[in-house]
Amino acid sequence: MKGLEQLLAEHAFFAGMEPKDLALIAGCGANARFEAGDYLFREGEPADQFYLLRSGRVVVEVHDPARGTITVLSAGEGEVLGFSWLMPPYRWVFDARALELTRALVFDGACLRDKCEADARLGYDLLKRVTSVMMQRLEAASVQLLDVYGGAAAR
Amino acid sequence: MSDLARRPGDAAPPDSMIPAIHRVRRKRQETPDTWTLDLEPVDGDGQRTYAPGQFNMLYAFGVGEAPISISGDPTGTPGLLAHTVRAVGAVTRALCGLRRGDLLGVRGPFGNAWPIDQAAGHDVLLVAGGVGLAPLRSAFCRILGERSRFGRVSLLYGARSPRGLVFADDLRRWRARFDVEVEITVDHAVGPWRGHVGVVTQLLDYAPIEPEDCVALLCGPEVMMRYVGRELSRRGLPAERTYVSLERNMRCGVGLCGHCQLGGELICRDGPVYSLSRIEPLLRIREL
Repeated sequence: MKGLEQLLAEHAFFAGMEPKDLALIAGCGANARFEAGDYLFREGEPADQFYLLRSGRVVVEVHDPARGTITVLSAGEGEVLGFSWLMPPYRWVFDARALELTRALVFDGACLRDKCEADARLGYDLLKRVTSVMMQRLEAASVQLLDVYGGAAAR
Repeated sequence: MSDLARRPGDAAPPDSMIPAIHRVRRKRQETPDTWTLDLEPVDGDGQRTYAPGQFNMLYAFGVGEAPISISGDPTGTPGLLAHTVRAVGAVTRALCGLRRGDLLGVRGPFGNAWPIDQAAGHDVLLVAGGVGLAPLRSAFCRILGERSRFGRVSLLYGARSPRGLVFADDLRRWRARFDVEVEITVDHAVGPWRGHVGVVTQLLDYAPIEPEDCVALLCGPEVMMRYVGRELSRRGLPAERTYVSLERNMRCGVGLCGHCQLGGELICRDGPVYSLSRIEPLLRIREL
Protein backbone atom coordinates (compact mmCIF):
# COMPACT_ATOMS: atom_id res chain seq x y z
CA MET A 1 0.00 0.00 0.00
CA LYS A 2 1.31 3.42 -0.93
CA GLY A 3 2.10 5.87 1.82
CA LEU A 4 0.62 9.34 1.94
CA GLU A 5 3.85 10.99 0.83
CA GLN A 6 4.04 8.81 -2.24
CA LEU A 7 0.41 9.49 -3.11
CA LEU A 8 1.11 13.20 -2.78
CA ALA A 9 4.20 12.99 -4.95
CA GLU A 10 2.18 11.26 -7.67
CA HIS A 11 -0.61 13.85 -7.63
CA ALA A 12 -0.35 16.53 -10.32
CA PHE A 13 -1.09 19.27 -7.80
CA PHE A 14 2.14 18.56 -5.94
CA ALA A 15 4.30 17.84 -9.00
CA GLY A 16 7.88 18.94 -8.41
CA MET A 17 7.49 19.73 -4.72
CA GLU A 18 10.50 19.11 -2.49
CA PRO A 19 10.28 15.75 -0.63
CA LYS A 20 10.77 17.45 2.75
CA ASP A 21 7.83 19.75 1.98
CA LEU A 22 5.73 16.79 0.91
CA ALA A 23 6.55 15.16 4.23
CA LEU A 24 5.40 18.26 6.10
CA ILE A 25 2.14 18.40 4.16
CA ALA A 26 1.56 14.67 4.48
CA GLY A 27 1.63 15.20 8.23
CA CYS A 28 -1.64 17.12 7.90
CA GLY A 29 -3.33 14.59 5.61
CA ALA A 30 -5.32 11.38 5.69
CA ASN A 31 -7.12 9.12 3.27
CA ALA A 32 -10.85 9.53 3.00
CA ARG A 33 -13.65 7.68 1.27
CA PHE A 34 -17.08 9.00 0.38
CA GLU A 35 -20.04 6.95 -0.77
CA ALA A 36 -22.37 8.23 -3.50
CA GLY A 37 -24.53 10.94 -1.95
CA ASP A 38 -22.14 11.77 0.90
CA TYR A 39 -21.35 15.43 1.38
CA LEU A 40 -17.69 16.41 1.55
CA PHE A 41 -18.74 19.78 2.90
CA ARG A 42 -21.80 21.98 3.18
CA GLU A 43 -22.34 25.69 2.74
CA GLY A 44 -21.86 27.70 5.91
CA GLU A 45 -20.06 24.98 7.85
CA PRO A 46 -16.48 25.50 9.08
CA ALA A 47 -14.01 25.03 6.23
CA ASP A 48 -11.32 22.93 7.83
CA GLN A 49 -10.35 20.72 4.90
CA PHE A 50 -8.63 20.68 1.59
CA TYR A 51 -9.25 17.75 -0.78
CA LEU A 52 -7.21 16.06 -3.48
CA LEU A 53 -9.47 13.71 -5.41
CA ARG A 54 -7.93 10.35 -6.24
CA SER A 55 -10.95 8.76 -7.90
CA GLY A 56 -14.66 9.23 -8.27
CA ARG A 57 -16.65 12.36 -9.01
CA VAL A 58 -17.82 15.24 -6.88
CA VAL A 59 -20.23 18.04 -7.73
CA VAL A 60 -20.17 21.51 -6.24
CA GLU A 61 -23.67 22.80 -5.69
CA VAL A 62 -25.62 25.77 -4.47
CA HIS A 63 -29.24 25.66 -3.44
CA ASP A 64 -31.65 28.27 -4.67
CA PRO A 65 -35.16 28.07 -3.24
CA ALA A 66 -36.64 29.12 -6.58
CA ARG A 67 -34.57 26.89 -8.86
CA GLY A 68 -33.62 24.01 -6.62
CA THR A 69 -30.12 22.64 -6.36
CA ILE A 70 -27.82 23.94 -9.11
CA THR A 71 -24.56 22.23 -9.95
CA VAL A 72 -21.90 24.79 -10.82
CA LEU A 73 -18.82 22.58 -11.07
CA SER A 74 -17.83 18.94 -11.20
CA ALA A 75 -14.45 17.57 -10.26
CA GLY A 76 -12.90 14.17 -10.62
CA GLU A 77 -9.67 12.22 -10.41
CA GLY A 78 -6.60 14.40 -10.15
CA GLU A 79 -8.45 17.58 -9.25
CA VAL A 80 -8.43 19.62 -6.05
CA LEU A 81 -11.39 20.87 -4.13
CA GLY A 82 -11.96 23.46 -1.43
CA PHE A 83 -10.13 26.73 -0.89
CA SER A 84 -12.15 28.25 1.92
CA TRP A 85 -9.70 26.85 4.50
CA LEU A 86 -7.18 29.43 3.27
CA MET A 87 -8.92 32.68 4.17
CA PRO A 88 -11.10 33.88 7.06
CA PRO A 89 -13.85 33.33 7.97
CA TYR A 90 -13.00 29.71 7.00
CA ARG A 91 -16.56 28.78 6.02
CA TRP A 92 -17.65 26.80 2.98
CA VAL A 93 -19.55 28.84 0.41
CA PHE A 94 -20.90 25.86 -1.55
CA ASP A 95 -21.95 22.27 -0.98
CA ALA A 96 -19.81 19.44 -2.35
CA ARG A 97 -21.42 16.03 -2.83
CA ALA A 98 -19.98 12.75 -4.07
CA LEU A 99 -21.82 11.48 -7.15
CA GLU A 100 -20.20 8.08 -6.88
CA LEU A 101 -17.74 6.28 -4.64
CA THR A 102 -14.96 8.84 -4.26
CA ARG A 103 -11.52 8.47 -2.74
CA ALA A 104 -9.58 11.53 -1.69
CA LEU A 105 -6.69 12.77 0.33
CA VAL A 106 -8.05 15.18 2.88
CA PHE A 107 -5.90 17.74 4.69
CA ASP A 108 -6.52 19.57 7.91
CA GLY A 109 -6.73 23.24 6.92
CA ALA A 110 -5.64 24.61 10.30
CA CYS A 111 -2.63 22.27 10.32
CA LEU A 112 -1.66 23.40 6.82
CA ARG A 113 -2.03 27.06 7.75
CA ASP A 114 0.16 26.60 10.83
CA LYS A 115 2.91 24.96 8.78
CA CYS A 116 2.72 27.67 6.13
CA GLU A 117 2.94 30.39 8.80
CA ALA A 118 6.00 28.67 10.27
CA ASP A 119 7.73 28.15 6.92
CA ALA A 120 7.14 31.04 4.51
CA ARG A 121 8.88 29.24 1.64
CA LEU A 122 6.53 26.26 1.97
CA GLY A 123 3.61 28.65 2.33
CA TYR A 124 4.56 30.51 -0.85
CA ASP A 125 5.00 27.27 -2.79
CA LEU A 126 1.62 25.97 -1.64
CA LEU A 127 -0.07 29.30 -2.28
CA LYS A 128 1.29 29.41 -5.85
CA ARG A 129 -0.16 25.97 -6.53
CA VAL A 130 -3.51 26.86 -5.03
CA THR A 131 -3.59 30.19 -6.87
CA SER A 132 -2.95 28.47 -10.20
CA VAL A 133 -6.01 26.27 -9.71
CA MET A 134 -8.04 29.23 -8.45
CA MET A 135 -7.11 31.20 -11.57
CA GLN A 136 -8.29 28.38 -13.81
CA ARG A 137 -11.54 28.18 -11.84
CA LEU A 138 -11.96 31.95 -11.95
CA GLU A 139 -11.44 32.02 -15.71
CA ALA A 140 -13.90 29.18 -16.13
CA ALA A 141 -16.43 30.92 -13.87
CA SER A 142 -16.04 34.12 -15.90
CA VAL A 143 -16.76 32.24 -19.12
CA GLN A 144 -19.77 30.62 -17.46
CA LEU A 145 -21.00 34.05 -16.42
CA LEU A 146 -20.67 35.28 -20.00
CA ASP A 147 -23.36 32.74 -20.88
CA VAL A 148 -21.82 32.40 -24.33
CA TYR A 149 -24.25 29.74 -25.50
CA GLY A 150 -27.23 31.86 -24.56
CA GLY A 151 -26.24 34.67 -26.89
CA ALA A 152 -24.83 32.73 -29.80
CA ALA A 153 -26.59 33.18 -33.09
CA ALA A 154 -28.10 30.22 -34.84
CA ARG A 155 -26.05 28.36 -37.37
CA MET B 1 -1.29 22.20 -43.97
CA SER B 2 -3.26 24.63 -46.11
CA ASP B 3 -6.75 26.03 -45.78
CA LEU B 4 -9.41 24.92 -48.21
CA ALA B 5 -10.66 28.42 -48.92
CA ARG B 6 -12.04 29.33 -52.29
CA ARG B 7 -9.67 32.12 -53.26
CA PRO B 8 -10.58 35.65 -54.26
CA GLY B 9 -11.28 35.74 -57.95
CA ASP B 10 -12.60 32.19 -58.10
CA ALA B 11 -15.88 32.15 -59.99
CA ALA B 12 -19.06 31.68 -57.99
CA PRO B 13 -21.41 28.89 -59.14
CA PRO B 14 -23.59 30.30 -61.97
CA ASP B 15 -26.89 29.67 -60.17
CA SER B 16 -25.68 30.73 -56.76
CA MET B 17 -28.13 33.63 -56.48
CA ILE B 18 -31.23 31.60 -57.39
CA PRO B 19 -32.83 29.65 -54.54
CA ALA B 20 -33.76 26.05 -55.26
CA ILE B 21 -37.15 25.19 -53.80
CA HIS B 22 -36.97 22.53 -51.11
CA ARG B 23 -39.56 20.82 -48.98
CA VAL B 24 -39.25 20.02 -45.28
CA ARG B 25 -39.27 16.25 -45.16
CA ARG B 26 -38.55 15.85 -41.44
CA LYS B 27 -38.29 18.15 -38.47
CA ARG B 28 -36.77 17.29 -35.11
CA GLN B 29 -36.66 19.42 -32.00
CA GLU B 30 -33.16 19.47 -30.54
CA THR B 31 -33.65 21.94 -27.68
CA PRO B 32 -36.47 24.27 -26.68
CA ASP B 33 -35.35 26.77 -29.35
CA THR B 34 -33.40 24.67 -31.85
CA TRP B 35 -34.69 22.42 -34.62
CA THR B 36 -33.14 20.23 -37.27
CA LEU B 37 -34.81 20.34 -40.68
CA ASP B 38 -34.25 17.62 -43.26
CA LEU B 39 -34.85 19.14 -46.68
CA GLU B 40 -35.39 17.54 -50.07
CA PRO B 41 -35.50 19.31 -53.44
CA VAL B 42 -38.99 19.70 -54.86
CA ASP B 43 -37.91 19.11 -58.45
CA GLY B 44 -35.37 16.45 -57.59
CA ASP B 45 -32.60 18.64 -58.89
CA GLY B 46 -31.18 20.08 -55.70
CA GLN B 47 -27.67 19.98 -54.31
CA ARG B 48 -25.96 16.69 -54.72
CA THR B 49 -22.80 17.21 -52.80
CA TYR B 50 -21.46 19.37 -50.05
CA ALA B 51 -18.44 19.31 -47.85
CA PRO B 52 -18.62 19.30 -44.03
CA GLY B 53 -18.23 22.89 -42.85
CA GLN B 54 -20.10 24.53 -45.73
CA PHE B 55 -23.33 26.46 -45.27
CA ASN B 56 -26.46 27.25 -47.22
CA MET B 57 -28.59 30.38 -47.34
CA LEU B 58 -32.07 29.28 -46.27
CA TYR B 59 -34.90 31.48 -47.45
CA ALA B 60 -38.10 31.67 -45.43
CA PHE B 61 -40.49 33.08 -48.01
CA GLY B 62 -41.70 36.56 -47.17
CA VAL B 63 -39.30 36.89 -44.24
CA GLY B 64 -35.75 36.61 -45.48
CA GLU B 65 -32.57 34.57 -45.75
CA ALA B 66 -30.18 33.31 -43.10
CA PRO B 67 -26.86 31.45 -43.40
CA ILE B 68 -27.22 28.01 -41.83
CA SER B 69 -24.48 25.38 -41.65
CA ILE B 70 -25.15 21.98 -43.08
CA SER B 71 -25.40 19.59 -40.16
CA GLY B 72 -26.19 16.37 -41.99
CA ASP B 73 -24.26 13.15 -42.24
CA PRO B 74 -22.48 13.34 -45.61
CA THR B 75 -22.42 9.55 -45.69
CA GLY B 76 -26.20 9.36 -45.12
CA THR B 77 -29.22 9.53 -47.41
CA PRO B 78 -28.24 11.21 -50.71
CA GLY B 79 -30.29 14.23 -51.66
CA LEU B 80 -31.32 15.08 -48.10
CA LEU B 81 -29.97 18.27 -46.61
CA ALA B 82 -29.98 18.65 -42.84
CA HIS B 83 -29.76 22.06 -41.21
CA THR B 84 -29.93 22.79 -37.52
CA VAL B 85 -31.43 26.16 -36.77
CA ARG B 86 -31.65 28.06 -33.51
CA ALA B 87 -34.50 30.56 -33.37
CA VAL B 88 -32.85 33.85 -32.45
CA GLY B 89 -34.25 36.30 -35.02
CA ALA B 90 -37.12 36.81 -37.43
CA VAL B 91 -35.74 34.57 -40.19
CA THR B 92 -34.55 31.75 -37.95
CA ARG B 93 -37.83 31.86 -36.02
CA ALA B 94 -39.70 31.53 -39.33
CA LEU B 95 -37.45 28.62 -40.36
CA CYS B 96 -38.01 26.89 -37.03
CA GLY B 97 -41.74 27.44 -37.48
CA LEU B 98 -41.83 25.51 -40.77
CA ARG B 99 -43.75 22.26 -40.68
CA ARG B 100 -43.33 18.99 -42.52
CA GLY B 101 -44.23 19.57 -46.18
CA ASP B 102 -43.63 23.33 -46.09
CA LEU B 103 -41.45 24.90 -48.77
CA LEU B 104 -38.40 27.12 -48.49
CA GLY B 105 -35.57 28.31 -50.71
CA VAL B 106 -32.01 27.02 -50.55
CA ARG B 107 -28.91 28.65 -52.05
CA GLY B 108 -25.51 27.08 -51.78
CA PRO B 109 -23.50 25.30 -50.62
CA PHE B 110 -21.14 28.16 -49.88
CA GLY B 111 -17.79 28.58 -48.23
CA ASN B 112 -14.93 26.23 -47.61
CA ALA B 113 -14.74 23.02 -45.62
CA TRP B 114 -13.12 21.53 -42.56
CA PRO B 115 -9.66 20.21 -43.54
CA ILE B 116 -10.63 16.58 -43.05
CA ASP B 117 -8.43 15.13 -45.76
CA GLN B 118 -5.43 17.04 -44.43
CA ALA B 119 -6.19 15.65 -40.97
CA ALA B 120 -5.99 12.05 -42.21
CA GLY B 121 -3.16 10.21 -40.49
CA HIS B 122 -3.33 12.54 -37.48
CA ASP B 123 -5.24 12.67 -34.22
CA VAL B 124 -8.34 14.81 -34.53
CA LEU B 125 -9.80 16.85 -31.70
CA LEU B 126 -13.22 18.40 -32.25
CA VAL B 127 -14.41 20.98 -29.74
CA ALA B 128 -17.95 22.29 -30.04
CA GLY B 129 -20.06 24.67 -28.04
CA GLY B 130 -23.85 24.97 -28.08
CA VAL B 131 -25.37 24.81 -31.54
CA GLY B 132 -21.78 24.95 -32.86
CA LEU B 133 -21.93 21.18 -32.84
CA ALA B 134 -24.05 21.42 -36.00
CA PRO B 135 -21.23 22.27 -38.46
CA LEU B 136 -18.94 19.82 -36.70
CA ARG B 137 -21.51 17.01 -36.82
CA SER B 138 -20.99 16.65 -40.57
CA ALA B 139 -17.24 16.50 -40.07
CA PHE B 140 -17.52 14.02 -37.21
CA CYS B 141 -19.86 11.75 -39.20
CA ARG B 142 -17.43 11.74 -42.10
CA ILE B 143 -14.50 10.96 -39.81
CA LEU B 144 -16.47 8.09 -38.25
CA GLY B 145 -17.29 6.83 -41.75
CA GLU B 146 -13.59 6.72 -42.57
CA ARG B 147 -12.41 5.96 -39.04
CA SER B 148 -9.30 3.98 -40.00
CA ARG B 149 -7.79 7.01 -41.78
CA PHE B 150 -7.37 8.90 -38.51
CA GLY B 151 -5.51 8.46 -35.26
CA ARG B 152 -7.14 9.18 -31.94
CA VAL B 153 -10.48 10.99 -32.39
CA SER B 154 -12.02 13.03 -29.58
CA LEU B 155 -15.13 15.16 -29.44
CA LEU B 156 -15.54 17.62 -26.58
CA TYR B 157 -18.88 19.34 -26.36
CA GLY B 158 -20.12 22.07 -24.07
CA ALA B 159 -23.56 23.53 -23.69
CA ARG B 160 -25.35 25.91 -21.38
CA SER B 161 -27.32 23.19 -19.59
CA PRO B 162 -28.46 19.61 -20.23
CA ARG B 163 -31.53 21.02 -21.99
CA GLY B 164 -29.21 22.87 -24.39
CA LEU B 165 -27.52 19.75 -25.79
CA VAL B 166 -28.24 19.26 -29.47
CA PHE B 167 -28.12 15.86 -31.25
CA ALA B 168 -28.75 14.02 -27.97
CA ASP B 169 -29.39 10.69 -29.75
CA ASP B 170 -26.16 11.02 -31.72
CA LEU B 171 -24.23 11.88 -28.58
CA ARG B 172 -25.53 8.74 -26.84
CA ARG B 173 -24.59 6.60 -29.84
CA TRP B 174 -21.16 8.16 -30.21
CA ARG B 175 -20.41 7.79 -26.50
CA ALA B 176 -21.13 4.08 -26.79
CA ARG B 177 -18.40 3.60 -29.39
CA PHE B 178 -15.01 2.27 -28.37
CA ASP B 179 -13.03 4.01 -31.09
CA VAL B 180 -13.77 7.64 -30.20
CA GLU B 181 -13.74 9.68 -27.02
CA VAL B 182 -16.76 11.86 -26.42
CA GLU B 183 -16.93 14.12 -23.37
CA ILE B 184 -19.79 16.48 -22.63
CA THR B 185 -20.03 19.31 -20.16
CA VAL B 186 -22.63 21.89 -19.26
CA ASP B 187 -22.14 25.31 -17.70
CA HIS B 188 -24.61 24.50 -14.95
CA ALA B 189 -27.06 21.76 -14.23
CA VAL B 190 -30.27 21.31 -12.32
CA GLY B 191 -31.75 17.88 -11.75
CA PRO B 192 -30.37 14.44 -12.42
CA TRP B 193 -27.41 15.36 -14.66
CA ARG B 194 -24.38 13.19 -13.76
CA GLY B 195 -21.91 14.41 -16.35
CA HIS B 196 -19.30 17.14 -16.25
CA VAL B 197 -20.21 20.63 -15.10
CA GLY B 198 -17.89 23.43 -16.13
CA VAL B 199 -16.63 25.07 -19.29
CA VAL B 200 -15.52 23.08 -22.30
CA THR B 201 -11.83 23.96 -21.85
CA GLN B 202 -11.87 21.86 -18.68
CA LEU B 203 -12.64 18.80 -20.81
CA LEU B 204 -9.23 19.09 -22.46
CA ASP B 205 -7.81 17.27 -19.44
CA TYR B 206 -9.87 14.24 -20.48
CA ALA B 207 -8.55 14.24 -24.05
CA PRO B 208 -4.79 14.74 -23.82
CA ILE B 209 -3.29 15.79 -27.13
CA GLU B 210 0.04 15.11 -28.75
CA PRO B 211 0.74 18.58 -30.11
CA GLU B 212 2.97 17.41 -32.93
CA ASP B 213 0.35 15.04 -34.31
CA CYS B 214 -3.03 16.63 -33.75
CA VAL B 215 -5.49 18.72 -35.75
CA ALA B 216 -8.16 20.61 -33.81
CA LEU B 217 -11.50 21.74 -35.23
CA LEU B 218 -13.40 24.26 -33.11
CA CYS B 219 -16.90 25.60 -33.54
CA GLY B 220 -19.04 27.59 -31.17
CA PRO B 221 -19.38 31.10 -29.83
CA GLU B 222 -16.30 33.16 -30.66
CA VAL B 223 -15.43 33.72 -27.00
CA MET B 224 -15.47 29.98 -26.43
CA MET B 225 -13.24 29.33 -29.45
CA ARG B 226 -10.82 32.01 -28.26
CA TYR B 227 -10.47 30.38 -24.85
CA VAL B 228 -10.15 26.90 -26.30
CA GLY B 229 -7.60 28.11 -28.87
CA ARG B 230 -5.57 29.77 -26.13
CA GLU B 231 -5.66 26.63 -23.99
CA LEU B 232 -4.64 24.43 -26.93
CA SER B 233 -1.79 26.80 -27.67
CA ARG B 234 -0.72 26.56 -24.02
CA ARG B 235 -0.65 22.79 -24.48
CA GLY B 236 1.63 23.16 -27.49
CA LEU B 237 -0.74 22.80 -30.45
CA PRO B 238 0.37 25.12 -33.27
CA ALA B 239 -2.18 27.70 -34.45
CA GLU B 240 -1.62 26.38 -37.99
CA ARG B 241 -3.36 23.14 -36.98
CA THR B 242 -6.17 24.71 -34.98
CA TYR B 243 -9.18 25.49 -37.17
CA VAL B 244 -12.24 27.54 -36.31
CA SER B 245 -15.51 28.17 -38.10
CA LEU B 246 -16.50 31.83 -38.04
CA GLU B 247 -19.89 33.39 -38.17
CA ARG B 248 -20.47 36.81 -39.62
CA ASN B 249 -23.29 38.59 -41.41
CA MET B 250 -23.32 36.46 -44.55
CA ARG B 251 -25.77 37.73 -47.16
CA CYS B 252 -24.84 36.94 -50.77
CA GLY B 253 -22.77 33.85 -49.99
CA VAL B 254 -20.35 34.43 -52.85
CA GLY B 255 -18.17 37.33 -51.71
CA LEU B 256 -19.91 40.07 -53.67
CA CYS B 257 -21.83 42.15 -51.15
CA GLY B 258 -19.15 42.57 -48.49
CA HIS B 259 -21.47 42.26 -45.49
CA CYS B 260 -19.36 39.51 -43.94
CA GLN B 261 -16.03 41.21 -44.52
CA LEU B 262 -13.43 40.85 -41.76
CA GLY B 263 -10.30 42.77 -42.72
CA GLY B 264 -9.31 41.39 -46.09
CA GLU B 265 -11.39 38.26 -45.62
CA LEU B 266 -14.85 37.66 -46.99
CA ILE B 267 -16.05 35.02 -44.57
CA CYS B 268 -18.73 33.59 -46.87
CA ARG B 269 -16.24 32.98 -49.65
CA ASP B 270 -12.81 32.63 -48.01
CA GLY B 271 -14.19 30.97 -44.87
CA PRO B 272 -16.03 30.15 -42.75
CA VAL B 273 -13.27 27.69 -41.78
CA TYR B 274 -9.92 29.28 -40.98
CA SER B 275 -6.76 28.23 -39.26
CA LEU B 276 -6.21 30.26 -36.11
CA SER B 277 -2.82 31.34 -37.44
CA ARG B 278 -4.57 33.07 -40.33
CA ILE B 279 -7.60 34.56 -38.62
CA GLU B 280 -6.59 35.14 -35.01
CA PRO B 281 -4.80 38.45 -35.69
CA LEU B 282 -8.02 39.81 -37.23
CA LEU B 283 -10.14 38.62 -34.33
CA ARG B 284 -8.03 40.70 -31.97
CA ILE B 285 -8.88 43.96 -33.79
CA ARG B 286 -11.95 45.26 -31.98
CA GLU B 287 -12.92 47.72 -34.69
CA LEU B 288 -13.40 44.99 -37.28
